[in-house]
Amino acid sequence: MSTLLEQRPVNGTAPVRRGRVLGLGLLVLVVAVAGAASLAVGARALSPAEVWRGLFAGPDADQRLSEIRLIVQTVRVPRTVLAVVAGVALGVAGAMVQGCTRNPIADTGLLGVNSGASVAVVAAISVFGLADPLQYVWFAFAGAAVAGVVVFGLASIGRGAGNPLTLALAGQGVTVFLAAMTTAISLQDKAALNAWRFWNAGTVAGAGFAVIWPVTAFVVVGLVLAAVTLPAINLLDLGDDVARGLGVNVALHRTLGIAAITLLAGAATAACGPIAFLGLMVAHVSRHLTGPDHRWLVPYAGLLGAAVLLVCDIVGRLVVRPGELEAGIVVALVGAPFFAALVWRGRFRSA
Amino acid sequence: MAPGVRLGRVSFVWRPWPVLVTLLLAAAAFLVFCLSISFGDFTIALPRVIATITGRGERVDEFVIMDLRLPRALAGLVAGIALGLSGAITQSLARNPLASPDVLGITTGAGAVAVFLVTVSGGTTAAIMSSVGLSAAALAGGLGTGVLVYVLAWRRGIDGMRLVLIGISVSAVMQAITNWLLVTADIRDVARAQAWLVGSLADRTWNEVWVATCCGLALLAVVAAASFQFKPMHFGDEIAAGLGVRHGRVRAVLLLCAVLLAGVAVSAAGPVPFVALVAPQAAMRLARRPTPPLVASGLVGALLLNGSDVLARTALPVALPVGVVTAAIGGPFLVYLLVRANLRKAA
Repeated sequence: MSTLLEQRPVNGTAPVRRGRVLGLGLLVLVVAVAGAASLAVGARALSPAEVWRGLFAGPDADQRLSEIRLIVQTVRVPRTVLAVVAGVALGVAGAMVQGCTRNPIADTGLLGVNSGASVAVVAAISVFGLADPLQYVWFAFAGAAVAGVVVFGLASIGRGAGNPLTLALAGQGVTVFLAAMTTAISLQDKAALNAWRFWNAGTVAGAGFAVIWPVTAFVVVGLVLAAVTLPAINLLDLGDDVARGLGVNVALHRTLGIAAITLLAGAATAACGPIAFLGLMVAHVSRHLTGPDHRWLVPYAGLLGAAVLLVCDIVGRLVVRPGELEAGIVVALVGAPFFAALVWRGRFRSA
Repeated sequence: MAPGVRLGRVSFVWRPWPVLVTLLLAAAAFLVFCLSISFGDFTIALPRVIATITGRGERVDEFVIMDLRLPRALAGLVAGIALGLSGAITQSLARNPLASPDVLGITTGAGAVAVFLVTVSGGTTAAIMSSVGLSAAALAGGLGTGVLVYVLAWRRGIDGMRLVLIGISVSAVMQAITNWLLVTADIRDVARAQAWLVGSLADRTWNEVWVATCCGLALLAVVAAASFQFKPMHFGDEIAAGLGVRHGRVRAVLLLCAVLLAGVAVSAAGPVPFVALVAPQAAMRLARRPTPPLVASGLVGALLLNGSDVLARTALPVALPVGVVTAAIGGPFLVYLLVRANLRKAA
């Protein structure tokens, strides 16, 4: 077996790999630069030196410095961290969901995650009278998780279990139902509608570390699960029968993949609200950059997701100053035309 | 094994089951259509409904049925058939069951225009509202978006997948604009906009329904003419070309029809979501065909829309727009069909 591997012609693969690693490094750099910019840009622009002092200076009597400290540490740092975490989560989930369902128009909301979170938020406000976004984060996460589990459970009944098409359609069916419930509740309850419209726009602003750390923990678990299944997803792409013939435990790996998607997308959606289109877009762009190998495609998608979300959040702060445009809205307004242009030029082989 | 049948120059495969299902669906769609007319502030018995719409009714019933209830039922019928057909065409040509006119920009475009008109008050919007009305302006927005998607996706012909991906992008932009308008607007306007966004059959007038019906029939004729070339397209371009189908032209015509049919549905019932996605998939499983059947998809759409409307008016404690009920019924129905198919495989 090992001799077979060693005799494989290697010419050509080394430069490709070097290119991919270089690209990965470049993306990390982009995320770092965008993250730094995200600390400095906003309704009150700060110089790099001010950001630095705001981050690391101790408590000071200086009025101006403590103001900067306040801005950087309680506003800019949390939203930057959340943008990175949610961006990575949505990017990875977007690439995974397209791999697991073998469908190039699958989005992170496909498995009912977004609509489950939506209906939970609306119900929490309407039934329990919650008014604080920090309280309904956990309802949103629970809703997303339950919806994901229900979709997967429904698609797994019987022998056609886990068929990607059944999964996608069951996701659509549940999404349709939950969206109807969300509308039905929000049409009866003004307070729920009012909160829902802000939540639904999708933003990385406003969440504190009390929310961000637990969300990050879920995202990390999701990323680990994703990393475990990546090689198997490559084989699942060949079709279930071929994958089974090659020794893949199809049911196990698809379950792990779905669990990862639900955790990643659910955590990101709970913290930010539904940011549609991001996952779909970065999955296609990174497939164009790396080719269909999920071991490269998925990390690229994660970093691209973080970079895009950071940049869109920054743009959202700049365009309507001193107000802000929600990151979810900017992602669609800026990303979609760009994506459409790429599609039109025939950049995507699967398209 | 299904036997082949030849009648002169026409030959086809005789499959009793799909024909039976289609006939049953047609009967059910007609029954629900009549029920929709029959129910209201006071109930008119079914025989009298049928007598009146065939022109042999009494004067008393005529006013209520012809002027008040028929437009609503007809709007449901036309929108349902249009959505089902449009979905079947899109899903077949993109060869992707997740593709539906909902992603082609018509519904989101109409929604964005409508929400803009409802939430932004000012000279221009007031003038538009008073001169053409909300529905017509929204329809124009929807069709404009649909045509924009179609033009943007045109590159030496139309490719189903490219159309869908560009449609998703344009829809995302329209959705973002809608979300932004909702966030910035006054909460009372938001409630009105939200009610419009889910689609409704209430308060239809003959003017709206008449235009939608005529356009729908014209498009139906085009689709019927093209449908003979439609089936081989499921095998892919090469085989279709080998079987003598001009696939480029047929696809361009049919996808344009799908866009326009979705526009017809918006004009009749507002942007009712999900019918176009669910109806073809349900029809396909009911008729046990490998691809969405055109006629049955349209009938399931009509059945779903009018059935939901009847249910919303009679059985539910609170008044909900038809779009909500359609989704609440259509979603679980699709899931039920999927689970049943999986269980059957196990048996």
